[in-house]
Amino acid sequence: MAVIFDRPKSLADVPTHYCPGCTHGIIHRLIAEVIDEMGIEGDTIGICPVGCAVMAYDYFNCDMIEAAHGRAPATATGVKRSLPDKFVFTYQGDGDCAAIGTAETVHAATRGENIVVIFVNNAIYGMTGGQMAPTSLPGQVTQTTPYGRDVSVAGNPIKMVEMLSVLDGVALAQRVAVNTVPHIREAKKAIRKAFENQKAKRGFSIIEVLSSCPTNWGVSPTEALEKIDEVMIPFYPLGAYKDVTAEGAN
Amino acid sequence: MERNLMKGNEALAEAAIRAGCKCFFGYPITPQTEVAAYLAKYMPKNDGVFIQAESEIAAINMVLGAASAGVRAMTSSSSPGISLKSEGVSYIAGSDLPCVIINVQRGGPGLGGIQPSQSDYWQATKALGHGDYQLLVYAPCSVQEMVDKVTLAFDMADKFRMPAMILADGLLGQMMEPVTFPERKTEFEPKPWAANGHGNKRKHNIINSLYLVPEELENSIRNRYERYEIIKANHTEAESYLCDDADFVVTAYGASARVAKSAVNRARAMGIKAGLFRPITLWPFPVNEINEACKNAKALLDVEMSMGQMIEDVKLAINCSKPVHFFGRTGGVIPSPDEVLGELKKLSEANK
Ligand SMILES: Cc1ncc(C[n+]2csc(CCOP(=O)(O)OP(=O)(O)O)c2C)c(N)n1
Ligand code: SF4
Ligand SMILES: [Mg+2]
Repeated sequence: MAVIFDRPKSLADVPTHYCPGCTHGIIHRLIAEVIDEMGIEGDTIGICPVGCAVMAYDYFNCDMIEAAHGRAPATATGVKRSLPDKFVFTYQGDGDCAAIGTAETVHAATRGENIVVIFVNNAIYGMTGGQMAPTSLPGQVTQTTPYGRDVSVAGNPIKMVEMLSVLDGVALAQRVAVNTVPHIREAKKAIRKAFENQKAKRGFSIIEVLSSCPTNWGVSPTEALEKIDEVMIPFYPLGAYKDVTAEGAN
Repeated sequence: MERNLMKGNEALAEAAIRAGCKCFFGYPITPQTEVAAYLAKYMPKNDGVFIQAESEIAAINMVLGAASAGVRAMTSSSSPGISLKSEGVSYIAGSDLPCVIINVQRGGPGLGGIQPSQSDYWQATKALGHGDYQLLVYAPCSVQEMVDKVTLAFDMADKFRMPAMILADGLLGQMMEPVTFPERKTEFEPKPWAANGHGNKRKHNIINSLYLVPEELENSIRNRYERYEIIKANHTEAESYLCDDADFVVTAYGASARVAKSAVNRARAMGIKAGLFRPITLWPFPVNEINEACKNAKALLDVEMSMGQMIEDVKLAINCSKPVHFFGRTGGVIPSPDEVLGELKKLSEANK
């Protein structure tokens, strides 16, 4: 019988610890598909964050490194500068990439480090049980904003790809989502483009993926996917904010 | 062999290149700046990588990445910057990665000062970052020793898969002395554990310090401590100077040992039987060597450029079997040979 759907080779055949309905799994799969399609598993080094994806080193079959919270872009810099012909990607949550590790992210970007950053924005600290993230929406109720995020107290959410798009070292800064089939297809294309940029030595590529956290948002998995359309995308519009391969990025 | 007159910091940097250091990541801070400046100039000419990172935190995590990739990597800083690196050093130790860290100490706490100091002894030997782990800590006391210990630090770090530190100070860093360098190292032990792309030839490698099952974490730490025991048993280093018949043994390391040595020579000239015991490895502390050195001593005098940190290891090493006195200057003040001699005279009087 013809196999029409299978596990990507570079994704390990092991159970993950992600909650049911969490879209971390979809994002893993897209990265693995791209690695397989480009035939680069043996030449890729992945770097995990501290966050729900901390154990991604067990899920990808390429060589993997577990970085300190927020430091993945610096660690990736060390790997890439040592092995300029290998592919290096980081996989980071919003707390990791946009709070504790903002400096590492911004400076890896502005240096034009030839790496791929997969930035999983679920607007919450998933791993530690649902505290406010730098990307939590105004009014969002979290464990540390029990009355809703009051921007006059807790500050405003950070828009990473918009911010990074002004930096010269950046080749691609794009926001995608994985809550619907068309969005997933777009996300896959963006991730592929990011890895192709690395192959062509174009510099820093960041793909911000709007992701769900049904557990800490306190909704069902399907409602979580709907929320991405209803509240996340209006605040965090999808699209390529910078793409050196395209004319007229939006 | 060719001898060069060089500053401690520059000699150390050249030694790192000769030891096969492929990547240097740093952030400017006085008084280690010459290390970075030298490497910025010569790393690119030696097929190496130099990056001025956005912070010491980034620099040490770049080191973590390069070490994971299997190459020799180094960072250097001075006291406040080392504090920032402590998180990364803990991860490096927990991931069993080799690297070399230079601390050209200055006075603290806080921003402290920029003059030479030895007040990071505790930080280096006991508590650089969280968790159960140790660093190899070398304390050179001459420009030549800066070179020799950097070379050794890279080899030992690789051999035992752990971070190694050169604990220098602003005085050694700025001092000029003639040095000879070893040949450039070109052959390295393979690192089959490195995350450098498996090339579809082996199972994937994972560099990691996370163990969620307590027994597994305990095992990983116990394994590391077994290696520490081998190092303690075989790799301590110290210098004993005129200790055999000494009534009074001065204990000092690094720059303060240079001061102490002049004081010891002057004491001898006055008929006071003084000696100097100088630990070269601060971790592991040379326990057997110090006991041997002070076996005939009536008392010890610990001299440091701090309020007294190594003195605790001295007392522990000799099991408090003899009185250990202390003389220190801190905050960037360098003790003078006169002051140390004065202390020796007092001891000699008191023990008549
Ligand atoms: C230095 C440090 N501070 C805090 C933590 C605790 N911590 C672990 S994960 C995390 C937040 C993770 O959130 P995010 O990056 O958004 O990833 P997610 O779990 O949502 O995927 C925090 C604060 C830590 N491990 N290390
Ligand atoms: S806590 Fe949230 S982000 Fe983490 S695995 Fe569960 S659903 Fe996913
Ligand atoms: Mg998050």
